Amino acid sequence: MPEGIALALALVLLAAALGAAVARSRSLPEAAVATGGASLLVATGALSLSRAGDAVRSLAPTVAFLAALLLIAEGCRRDGLFDAIGALMARGAAGSPLRLLAFVFAVAAGVTAVLSLDATVVLLTPVVFATAARMRTSARPHVYACSHLANSASLLLPVSNLTNLLAFHASGLTFAHFGALMAFPTLAVIAVEWAVIRRFFAVDLERPRQPVPAPVRPSLPRLSLITLTLTLTGFALSSVLGVAPVWFAVAGAVAISTPALAARATSATILARAVEPGFLIFVLGLAVIVQAASDNGLAAAVRDLLPAGTSLPDLLAIAAISAVLANLVNNLPATLIVVPVAVTGGDGAVLAALIGVNVGPNLTYVGSLATLLWRRVLHAEDTDVSLREFVTLGALTVPTGLIAATVVLWCALNV
Amino acid sequence: MSELRVRALVWIVEDTWESTVAEASAYLPPDAEVTILHVADSEPEGVARAARHGLLGRHPPPPPPRQALHAISEQAARQLLDDARARLGRAARLSARRGRVEREVVAAAEAADILVLARDGDRAQLGPRSLGPAVRFVVDHAPCRVLLVWPDATPSIATMPPPPDPPTR
Repeated sequence: MPEGIALALALVLLAAALGAAVARSRSLPEAAVATGGASLLVATGALSLSRAGDAVRSLAPTVAFLAALLLIAEGCRRDGLFDAIGALMARGAAGSPLRLLAFVFAVAAGVTAVLSLDATVVLLTPVVFATAARMRTSARPHVYACSHLANSASLLLPVSNLTNLLAFHASGLTFAHFGALMAFPTLAVIAVEWAVIRRFFAVDLERPRQPVPAPVRPSLPRLSLITLTLTLTGFALSSVLGVAPVWFAVAGAVAISTPALAARATSATILARAVEPGFLIFVLGLAVIVQAASDNGLAAAVRDLLPAGTSLPDLLAIAAISAVLANLVNNLPATLIVVPVAVTGGDGAVLAALIGVNVGPNLTYVGSLATLLWRRVLHAEDTDVSLREFVTLGALTVPTGLIAATVVLWCALNV
Repeated sequence: MSELRVRALVWIVEDTWESTVAEASAYLPPDAEVTILHVADSEPEGVARAARHGLLGRHPPPPPPRQALHAISEQAARQLLDDARARLGRAARLSARRGRVEREVVAAAEAADILVLARDGDRAQLGPRSLGPAVRFVVDHAPCRVLLVWPDATPSIATMPPPPDPPTR
């Protein structure tokens, strides 16, 4: 098949898979569209079977890693960790919305870093919402903080975002080195978010208030805290011990799930759903489709576009291009497209690309311009959100955050 | 003389409801027909839902019905309205709405003779900044009389900026 036609076919199938993911149709799940597209590319010869096999094989450990992390997050939820966090935040805030926001920042950044952005969006946000309601204060700044930090605080560790896991696997970095290089960029982005959200919602945060009774001190669930501590320690020591980090994640998932299974507090069905098998298959299918596009000219085009150097302007350009791409096609495919090319530029280029794909999605509604357009076309929900507020917050935080994080990364790389 | 009773709408907000209710109690005629209104802001729920949709390809199970954001905010509103009626100390109808807050309040005020509400901006000094965007909209569009409350102590008139310099001749 001529390269141009193969590239066009791969891009059409990529758009179809993303469109199916956005449409969320039960009759046409995105996993089926992605795997169908991948099979079609192999069947038509746009991608050889061995190249497709390589793509799947190289991604399999990352997908297993993700599955283990999802099980750990589900274990923490079952163990009551998030409810305890809600009660702790309400106590610590002592009736002050501003103090509550500070706690939300700390907790959302911590949960995102350790349990990934999914945990912040799915498990923490409802708890934060309920905490604000119980405290009788506007939930708006706190919910916005959660949704922003889920993206912008997901720079810190390889486990904080699937994009990081993909890049971590492709780069030669150790877990600890990754975290050390990304620590200050993460702090820089969080500082920008704080400065903007604090001012943007000043009216909500500074209203005069009547005191409300503080909730009783919650007892923190031990199993999840011990599991998280040991798993993180394992991650940090993985390179010293010579054991791949994925095994510590698997051990953590087993440690937190087995007691619940034995006590019948959960079931194999619930755990199987928590792993999101459809999503794991979707990721593998997407990876094969992107591989076909990359092999047939997309990688060359990206290579022409992406600076090869590691000077500060080069890193800023890589972050900016990645951010734009993440807003056009969502950050998962953006990572699959950019990272294999960025890897040739070294650790700095990979991490700058991650800053772009992780922080960038706050710029447009739900992280993707394309998503917005599709949702509008489909007359889906989300009509309650004031688009202006959402976009203004994005415009105030994302460019500044991108620049701050990349400058700090460049400093970290050059000390 | 006809016995037309004043229909009063008291719009309460989480942070400032007690002052609003106290002033309504003090300044509304004793026989006024009082409705206490709370409007749940639908935006945080929309933002949370949008963030879930941003997780491309993932289908986390929905929360159990009682932990859904909608249910949480409805229950919180019900409790707030009950507390407000208890504090008011007289008969009152309770009204819970949801949506764009300022538009819902204006719509509800159509059936009222007077609307009682609290300032939602800078409370340290007199001036236009003492109204946030929502109250500004409601005051500007209210289809009835308005009783605008300072949620805590009223600032002194010394907080008013000096007048502009007189024109020089």
